[in-house]
Amino acid sequence: MSAPERSADPRRPPTLLVVLAGVGIAFFAVPLIGLVGRVPWANLPELLSSAVVVDAFRLSMVASVAATAIALVLGIPLAWILARVEFPGRALVRGMVTLPLVLPPVVGGAALLFALGRRGLLGEVVYEATGLLLPFSTWGVIVATTFVAMPFMVITVEGALRGLDLRYEGVASTLGAGRWTVLRKVTLPMIGPSILSGVVLTWARAFGEFGATITFAGNLQGETQTLPLAVFVTLESDRDAAVAVSLLMVVVSLVVLIALRDRWWRSW
Amino acid sequence: MKRLPISACAPLLLVSLMACTGQSNPRVLVSAAASLTDVFAEIESVYEDIHPGVDVILNFGGSSALREQILEGAPVDVFASANRENMDAIVESGLLDEDPVVFARNLLQIAVPVGNPGGVTGLTDLANEELLIGLCAAEVPCGHLARQVLAAADVTAAIDTNEPDVRALLTKIEVGELDAGIVYVTDVASTDGAVDGVDLPEEDNVVAEYPIAVIGESNPERAADFVEFVLSDTGRAILTDHGFSTP
Amino acid sequence: MSLEARIRLRRSEELDIQVDLSIATGATVALLGPNGAGKSSVLAALAGLVPIDSGRIALKGRVFDDPASGVFVAAEDRNVGVVFQDYLLFPHLTALENVAFGLRSRGIPRDNAMQRSREWLSMVGLAGMEGRRPADLSGGQAQRVALARALVGEPDLLLLDEALSALDVGARSSTRHMLQKHLEGFAGPRLLITHDPTEAFLLADDIHVIEGGVVTQSGTADEIRLRPATSYAAELAGANFLRGVAEAGTVEVDGHRLSVADDDMRGPVLVTIPPTAVAVHVTRPGGSPRNTWSTTVTAVERLGTRVRLSTGDPLPLTVEVTAAATDELGIQTGREVWVAVKATEIGLQADDGNSFSRV
Repeated sequence: MSAPERSADPRRPPTLLVVLAGVGIAFFAVPLIGLVGRVPWANLPELLSSAVVVDAFRLSMVASVAATAIALVLGIPLAWILARVEFPGRALVRGMVTLPLVLPPVVGGAALLFALGRRGLLGEVVYEATGLLLPFSTWGVIVATTFVAMPFMVITVEGALRGLDLRYEGVASTLGAGRWTVLRKVTLPMIGPSILSGVVLTWARAFGEFGATITFAGNLQGETQTLPLAVFVTLESDRDAAVAVSLLMVVVSLVVLIALRDRWWRSW
Repeated sequence: MKRLPISACAPLLLVSLMACTGQSNPRVLVSAAASLTDVFAEIESVYEDIHPGVDVILNFGGSSALREQILEGAPVDVFASANRENMDAIVESGLLDEDPVVFARNLLQIAVPVGNPGGVTGLTDLANEELLIGLCAAEVPCGHLARQVLAAADVTAAIDTNEPDVRALLTKIEVGELDAGIVYVTDVASTDGAVDGVDLPEEDNVVAEYPIAVIGESNPERAADFVEFVLSDTGRAILTDHGFSTP
Repeated sequence: MSLEARIRLRRSEELDIQVDLSIATGATVALLGPNGAGKSSVLAALAGLVPIDSGRIALKGRVFDDPASGVFVAAEDRNVGVVFQDYLLFPHLTALENVAFGLRSRGIPRDNAMQRSREWLSMVGLAGMEGRRPADLSGGQAQRVALARALVGEPDLLLLDEALSALDVGARSSTRHMLQKHLEGFAGPRLLITHDPTEAFLLADDIHVIEGGVVTQSGTADEIRLRPATSYAAELAGANFLRGVAEAGTVEVDGHRLSVADDDMRGPVLVTIPPTAVAVHVTRPGGSPRNTWSTTVTAVERLGTRVRLSTGDPLPLTVEVTAAATDELGIQTGREVWVAVKATEIGLQADDGNSFSRV
């Protein structure tokens, strides 16, 4: 008489998946643990309250939030055009918008410099006429950050618009809603979760931006030195300070990412 | 003592394992400061032409990082540092048989775009708010020295950016996005005319002294031979070619 | 005539729609056809979601679409109420907000809009469900919200697209009753788009059968059923739709009394007998079936491995059997056979009156 058959319990996830996922988790967790292990807990308050860190934190928040806001205002219309309007060269435009995702950020910064710097294609004209200059200023940081982060918003929102059932907009029309009303009350709310995703990705990318910022806007405490720049320049000389600032970045990022994902998420 | 990342030791250990053959070792492992990159590449090439069969292996880095590696036991044969302090630390550790010798000197210079559009003539011009001025970050040797020079001359520079390394600073000067920056004389020379230099008067300038020494017991003959070459007329010619001054 | 439409619309290489419709105020017309026949395009054209290539659409004298004169009124300006297939309730809004959407879009103040919407939800039997989201509504409930949403704005024309198809059988009947009630209450012309003949026969006064973009037959349910002009119409008819009167456990059809499984149904009914549910025997069958009679085979049509038989008096039916069975029993035109139908296979649906012509 053979033993009774026992198949795997279908409620438990497959073992191989769990193992691979565990490796994936370790991939992210181990470096974080390594970082946390180096934190100079005793000096932490002193290190984090120094003028360098306070200035860098302020600049990082200002730049990342501003970049996200600009990405919303410009990125959503751009996504809408790319998703809904067929025009010649659309594929090219989409390629251009995606380019900052692929380019090394430093290259992006250099491109911005050649376009908007003091001797840049556009920048020279503006500088001669008005004396306004983006490099070495906080607005330069915002421009560089927006350049690398906005593609995330455009790609996310465009994808959502493409996946939207167009019939809902037809329904709204038959109910008497004009084009703007349809956009405001049907289209955008229905892609709300995707817009939120876009905001999260854009902000995260903007917050961590380094290469384009330092190449285009430079590095000056209080003007252009964001948290990632501060970490980089202190890493060789004052490792404790660098680790402390890194920890600050990790904590801020986790707080924002978790808060944004949890509270406003609504799926239907 | 700061801990050394494994990744830095690995290539050195690998090289030393490869080098463990025979008594008279045809390999010389040289650790040299980053600012010696171009000049030592040429020295290596000339030296190997003269001594075929000898392989000079160059290991560049920040002087403090190189110092750490040696103190942790890296099998380096020759050490060329960008300042006395790092070499002194090696001396104190007792790893040297002979005293180190200063083989080169470097001065600071103001780098400006070709044609000097900002009209910079000296350190005081760097205090001009209207101009776009860049320095190396204070944590980098050239930035550290630049600040010393400015302090000594009692000039508060209107700094617009602290670039993370000399390359980045020179590039921005070259394309005209900055009007001036303070770098080594050798850095200006290395751009081959892409950037102009404005000399600083000697009394205002800071001299960086580069000591060189043979490290350890593993390869004393070859190492000493290499050091001698650097100090020789041929070596000095190469050094002055690149902008260094020789004692 | 209230709605006058001549629609010429080319949708693709294969589908060129040419449909003429006239619907009087208070009348319900069904556009009945298989999927792909062009029904949805007609609806889209009438609703203003798609402009026609040529022709003219006018409602109560107001021209909606006339390419020759360059007139086109956009959907949002037409005041046409549409109940869409799958209802398409806005998922991010509550039932109440869904119903009020049209009113609010037209600028009606919030309080007024909500009040009217609440009333309508109550009228369709969903009082108390105002705060529910579409995801939490059953199919039948969603249908009612969709209807309320379409009617609350007092549209001039009502279009219903496959109003019952998405519902399961149980919900269909009660929903149809509700629909019928509100259709009668609606003043304007109504167009029903469907592929389900039951829906068309029970709800519409006039039926246009549409196939491949053109109307192949128009008439009352009886006319189409008894004198189908095309094989598709014949298939609809051949699905055995009969008119009868039900009484406890039986139904009388054309003088013939059949046993049915439903003990509760009373009064006029639409009787459906699936052609595949009719068993054919060459001798009187023994055993249980009570609904059995002798008849003559009047036509045999071979469709691959299936065969469609038409049987004659006393109760003409279309029967579908396998080719193998046909050959085995030696069935051919003129042959006398016995047919049998199980009581459980006979479908009854209450026929509330106005769709069948009274003899």
